[in-house]
Amino acid sequence: MRDPKAPLIPERDHNKSPVLECVGLGIDFGGLTAVDDFNITISPTEICGLIGPNGAGKTTIFNLLTKVYNPTRGSIFLEGNNTKRYNTKDVNKAGIARTFQNIRLFKNLTVLENVLIGLHNEMDYRLVQSIFRLPSYWRSERIARDRAHELLSIFNMQDIADHKAGSLPYGSQRRLEIIRALATNPAILLLDEPAAGMNPAETESLMEHIGEIRDTFQIAIFLIEHDMQLVMGVCEGVAVLNYGKLIAKGTPAEIQKDPRVIEAYLGTGGQADA
Amino acid sequence: MLLVSQLINGLQLGSIYALVALGYTMVYGIIKLLNFAHGDIIMVGGYIALFSLTAGHFHPAVAALLTVGGCTLLAVILEKLTYAPLRFAPRLSLLITAIGISILLQNVAQFFFGAAPRSLPYRELFPVGSVTIGEFSIAYTSLVTIILSVVSMVALTILVQRTKLGKAMRAVSEDTEAAQLMGVNVNNVITFTFAVGAALAGIGALLYGARFPLVTPTIGAMLGLKAFIAAVLGGIGSIPGAMVGGYAVGLLEVLTVFAGLSRWTDGLVFLVLIIVLLVRPTGLMGRKFMEKV
Repeated sequence: MRDPKAPLIPERDHNKSPVLECVGLGIDFGGLTAVDDFNITISPTEICGLIGPNGAGKTTIFNLLTKVYNPTRGSIFLEGNNTKRYNTKDVNKAGIARTFQNIRLFKNLTVLENVLIGLHNEMDYRLVQSIFRLPSYWRSERIARDRAHELLSIFNMQDIADHKAGSLPYGSQRRLEIIRALATNPAILLLDEPAAGMNPAETESLMEHIGEIRDTFQIAIFLIEHDMQLVMGVCEGVAVLNYGKLIAKGTPAEIQKDPRVIEAYLGTGGQADA
Repeated sequence: MLLVSQLINGLQLGSIYALVALGYTMVYGIIKLLNFAHGDIIMVGGYIALFSLTAGHFHPAVAALLTVGGCTLLAVILEKLTYAPLRFAPRLSLLITAIGISILLQNVAQFFFGAAPRSLPYRELFPVGSVTIGEFSIAYTSLVTIILSVVSMVALTILVQRTKLGKAMRAVSEDTEAAQLMGVNVNNVITFTFAVGAALAGIGALLYGARFPLVTPTIGAMLGLKAFIAAVLGGIGSIPGAMVGGYAVGLLEVLTVFAGLSRWTDGLVFLVLIIVLLVRPTGLMGRKFMEKV
C-alpha cells in the first residue's frame, strides 16, 4: 500500500519538476466560493483525472488554469513559472491547451483551418510577408499544413480536412478539438469531458488515443470526466472535487475505495435523518 | 440605352457602397460594434486627398497613398485610443463611443476647414474622358471605380480566406475566447481588422470624390449611412453580404432615378431595408442564428 501522504508521481517522472502546480487556488463569484484551497501537482507525463459531482467546480478549475477567470486566491505555477501576470493567450503560449465541455470549434472554418489556428504561434510569420507573398511565407505555410495533416492523422481525419468543422459528427468534433489543442504545442493538455456524448466503442478508442498522445508528445494530460471506466482506465492519479474543495487525491484504486468519495457521489445514509 | 448607362452608373455607386460597407461588416463581425464613425473616416480621407493635391501639390499617386494611409492610421489610432480600453465594456458603451467619435470628427473638420464645400480636383486623380463601346460610352471614372473596387474585394477575399491573419479574423469573429485560448493575439487581430476596413474606406473616399467632387465635413454621414444599410441588407458580419448589399443599394438608387422618382431615392432605400429585415432579419446572406447546445 502506498503512503497516502507521498505525492503521486509516476515512476518515469521521478526527479523531474512538475509541469503544473496549484497552490491554495480559489475563486469567489460575489459571495459564492466556487473553488477553495485547491492544491495539485502534475508531473510532466502524468495522466491525471479530475472528478466530482455536477457543479463541484471542475470546469471552473480549468477556467482558472487558462485565465478565463482570474483566481481570487492562490497561485498557479506552469513549469515553475508563476502565471499570475499571464492572460489567456500568454497561458496558451506558455504551454496550457484545452478542449471544452460544450465543443467550441470554429464551426465555419474547415477542419484543417481549425488546426492551423492552433498552429498559429508555431509559425514564423509577418504581415508584410503575407501581403507580398514572399517565398518564406509560402514555406512556413506549407510546413504548417504538413504539420496539420500529421496531427489530423492521429485520429485518422486527414481525409476530411476540407470539411466544415461544424458539419462533422459529434464524436469527430470532440476529437478535432483535441487535435486543435495539440497544435498549440502544449506542455499540458486539459480535456474537459472528452468522452461526453460518445458511445462505448468511441470511448474505448478515445482511451487508447489518450495514452498514445501522452506517449507521442510526452506531455501531461489533465482531464475532467464523468465516465468512470475512462478515468479508472487511463488516469494514473485522480483528484476528487466536491463543493469546490479537493476531498481526495490518489490512485484510481485508492479513490474507488475512499469513503469520502463514495459519500460525495452517493450521499450519506445519515443525511436523510439529519 | 439610357438604362444601360444608368446601370453602369449604379455599379459605380454600388462599388463605393460595397467598399465602405465592408468596413462596417468586418468590424461588426469581429467585435459586434456598429462603427458609426466609419463614414467620417471617409470624410477625413476626402480632406487628405483635397489638401495633398491643392496645398501639397503632390503627385496624384502620392496623394492617393496618403489618403489610404491616412485613413488607416486614423482608424488604428482611434481603435487603440477609444475602443481598445472598452474591450470588456457593454456593447452599448462602444456604440455611444463610436457615435461620439463621429460627431467629434465632423466638428473638428468644420472647425479647421469650415462648413463650405471645397471642390476636389479629382481630374488630377482620375483619367478624364470615356471609352466608347458600340453605342455606349462609359466614363473612365466609372470604369476605374468598378475595376478598383472589384480588385480590392478580390484582394480582401484572398486575405480573409487564405492568409493566417484572415483565418485568425474568422476564428475571432466566431469565438473570441476560444481563439485566445488557442494563442491568437486577439488585440492585434482586432486592430488589423480596423486597419483593413479603413484602408478600403480610404479607397472609397477617392472613388467617392471622383463621383461627387465636393468635400464637406458631413459627406461621410450620408455615405456612411447608405453603406451601413448595404451591410445590414447583405447581412451584417458577412463579407460577401456587404458586397452584394453595396451593389444592391447602388443599383436601387439609380433605378429609382431612372423611374423618375429621384426625390424618393433615399426613402426607397430605407423602405427596402425595412422590408428585407422583416422577411429575413439576418439580411440576404447573413448567418443563421447559432443554436446553442
